[in-house]
Amino acid sequence: MLTSDDIRNRTITEDGQRMLEKAEHDQVRTVWDRYQAQLPQCGFCELGLSCRNCAMGPCRIDPFGEGPQVGVCGADADIIVARNLGRMIAAGAASHSDHGRDLVEVLRQVAEGKAPGYQIREEGKLRALAAEFGISGDGRGKEAVALDLAEALEEEFGTRKKELTLVRRAPEQRRALWTKLGIMPRGIDRETSEMMHRTHMGVDNNWQSLLLHGLRNALSDGWGGSLIATEVSDILFGVPRPVHSKVNLGVLKTDQVNILLHGHNPIVSEMIAQAATDDDLVALAKAKGAAGINLAGICCTGNELLMRRGIPMAGNHLTTELALVTGAVEMMFVDYQCIMPALGQVAACYHTRMISTSDKAGFPRMEHHEFHPDNARELARKLVTEAIENYPRRVPGKVKIPVEPVDMMAGFSVEAIVAALGGTVQPLIDAIVAGKIRGAVGVVGCNNPKIRQDYGHVNLTRKLIAHDILVVDTGCAAVANARAGFKVAEAAALAGPGLREVCGALGIPPVLHMGSCVDNVRITMLAAALANALKMDISDLPLAAAAPEWYSEKAISIGCYAVASGIYTVLGPMPPVLGSKNVTQLLTEGLEKVVGATFAVEPDPDLAADLIIAHINRKRAGLGLS
Amino acid sequence: MEYQGLPRSEAGPRERVLVRIERCVGCRNCELACAVAHSQSRTLAAAIREEPRPQRRIYVEAVAESRAPFLCRHCDDAPCARACPTRALFQDSESGLVAFEAARCIGCHGCLMACPFGMIQAGRGSPFIVKCDRCPDRDQPACVAACPTGALLLEGAYLSMRRRDAIARLTRAARQGRAELPPVEASP
Ligand code: SF4
Ligand code: SF4
Repeated sequence: MLTSDDIRNRTITEDGQRMLEKAEHDQVRTVWDRYQAQLPQCGFCELGLSCRNCAMGPCRIDPFGEGPQVGVCGADADIIVARNLGRMIAAGAASHSDHGRDLVEVLRQVAEGKAPGYQIREEGKLRALAAEFGISGDGRGKEAVALDLAEALEEEFGTRKKELTLVRRAPEQRRALWTKLGIMPRGIDRETSEMMHRTHMGVDNNWQSLLLHGLRNALSDGWGGSLIATEVSDILFGVPRPVHSKVNLGVLKTDQVNILLHGHNPIVSEMIAQAATDDDLVALAKAKGAAGINLAGICCTGNELLMRRGIPMAGNHLTTELALVTGAVEMMFVDYQCIMPALGQVAACYHTRMISTSDKAGFPRMEHHEFHPDNARELARKLVTEAIENYPRRVPGKVKIPVEPVDMMAGFSVEAIVAALGGTVQPLIDAIVAGKIRGAVGVVGCNNPKIRQDYGHVNLTRKLIAHDILVVDTGCAAVANARAGFKVAEAAALAGPGLREVCGALGIPPVLHMGSCVDNVRITMLAAALANALKMDISDLPLAAAAPEWYSEKAISIGCYAVASGIYTVLGPMPPVLGSKNVTQLLTEGLEKVVGATFAVEPDPDLAADLIIAHINRKRAGLGLS
Repeated sequence: MEYQGLPRSEAGPRERVLVRIERCVGCRNCELACAVAHSQSRTLAAAIREEPRPQRRIYVEAVAESRAPFLCRHCDDAPCARACPTRALFQDSESGLVAFEAARCIGCHGCLMACPFGMIQAGRGSPFIVKCDRCPDRDQPACVAACPTGALLLEGAYLSMRRRDAIARLTRAARQGRAELPPVEASP
């Protein structure tokens, strides 16, 4: 039996607390219950000291020095920890990059005329990106350019290059450093593949070179896979522009057909969004007694739709099960990544139909309907029809929409920010020089049941903006900050006097929503644009990043490309590295001399903010700014 | 329902830890938890950086094709206590445990030799020896709480489990009119 204290300790969100009460009443087990059931978790794995890379093992190292200090093969704590971390980075980079590749495939099929329903929405961005790859657009139609671009982007995944094309966006000093260190990313798949090779038994047994390759692998994500994902999504679905919307479980409607879109990739959800506005389907919904069709996003698929279409956001990672507990969801579509395999079980307690859509992602107790560019439009219409037909099966007594939604703004792509600034980044630089904005911090990443939901994101962000530090955010962190009410122009009142003035003048909130997790590249591209404008390196600037509630391997890859790009990064939960003093020291201190930035770990958001404020003050002093 | 421990009258002043060998998966988390419980900081992350590094008092061994944790039996007539020339190790009448008074220990290691189970080890510096103290400040010793499979149990829980298993077997057999073979609990 959960007490009200238990519930409050699980989440700071009001909608979450109400839904946890309902989950208790409906006897639905959630991620927090499963986490409790797992306790105590394995100490060796927590420290990164267990290895199961081969069948001579599994092995573990005794951190107290009484038991074995090497695995069967002879690998010591440093090697095992570094190899495990390397494989986490590889998994994260692979996830983002494979997502990017899926978009490139759609781009190709659009160019070939094989993807009805999809189109090139941003010809300007298409041609600009093509130009970066040396593809001429003169006198050629957009399809021809798109075909060449798709071809060139596919090449980025291969192994025939000395360096990825888009690293040219990085400051010259940074590129020279990557080359000098031997961590210039060459091919997107190549670095992941090489990491899997290096971490096989008997290959790279030097923890330093393993970690350096980890940085290279992460750079292949941040300046390769993720970047391609974002750029091509913009070309196909539109460059985000400031947009007003709403957030939290209150975006679900008692009198409408509610369809939730969950996952990461916009390919499927964009088609659902189109179908949901088709007149005949809206008419069908009305014929079934609903007032209309209500789409809402959740997690990063939600962020993609929110950024481009202003589709309301139901919640972040730890809200996914609770959204179903409302009993008001007719259908949930999932694509891939961060979709808990438990969701089908939760949905089974209600009338909700769960639809998995990707050829590479399957889940228990879900119906599988595979979307491909050639069938997506028709399949979307068919399934939205079925969602509408499911509306009469809703059990009114089981429905509870817990709260009123909160207003928010999103859509702050780099293009949108530059436009808001009047066409160049110079006004932002001026504001930083004048000290009105002391610096900028990317607050990003997931939720994790080890941390009270949203507590880390919201408290860190609140303290940073109060200290005149602009916060840009993505992913689940961005949902947390929106739900806390930080993303309306009036939230400028929470900011320090300088940031408040800037926000007031531009009519923007003090916390700018920059998109999904792959969209973290929007943040690094903004950092690179600032550095390039100043002819400096990214590591010279008063910037930082934080992942206060991270859980996923993708977050590790993001953190590593941020640090390798010169951005100090503070993590909330501890990654599994403490088992090696050497690896821990390198990540938290040694990297400063290597790439000009380090990691720090601080679960308390108040103290994490202090670390970041001190870092920004140091960087400002380094630039001669007060 | 989770077993909450027997009333003291039945289980003795402090229940001992018993082992269901067949349940052990050999993960060694009991060893880690034991070392952390006997550290200054009491957290895994900080304990591994302490000097001298904290020591475990429970040992997971692989013998006779089985994995098995073993820890001090707190014998009623303990050879170690008998062997101790300074009464640093002694039979504590109140708790019923074999207790250790570090200040009286001269580090002769007589107890190490006397213990038939090898459950007393040399300490790293002071104290001169380490052995299970059954986590005096906790109801559930750290190893019991850490074991993910329930291989470690307090004596009362262990006995009630065994009794209930046996009774269930007999009852089923009686109902079905035939005897069931008892389950194989561990390798011989
Ligand atoms: S690679 Fe080495 S440490 Fe890892 S499981 Fe094999 S033998 Fe053990
Ligand atoms: S914690 Fe339990 S399963 Fe793991 S080694 Fe110890 S007794 Fe065995």
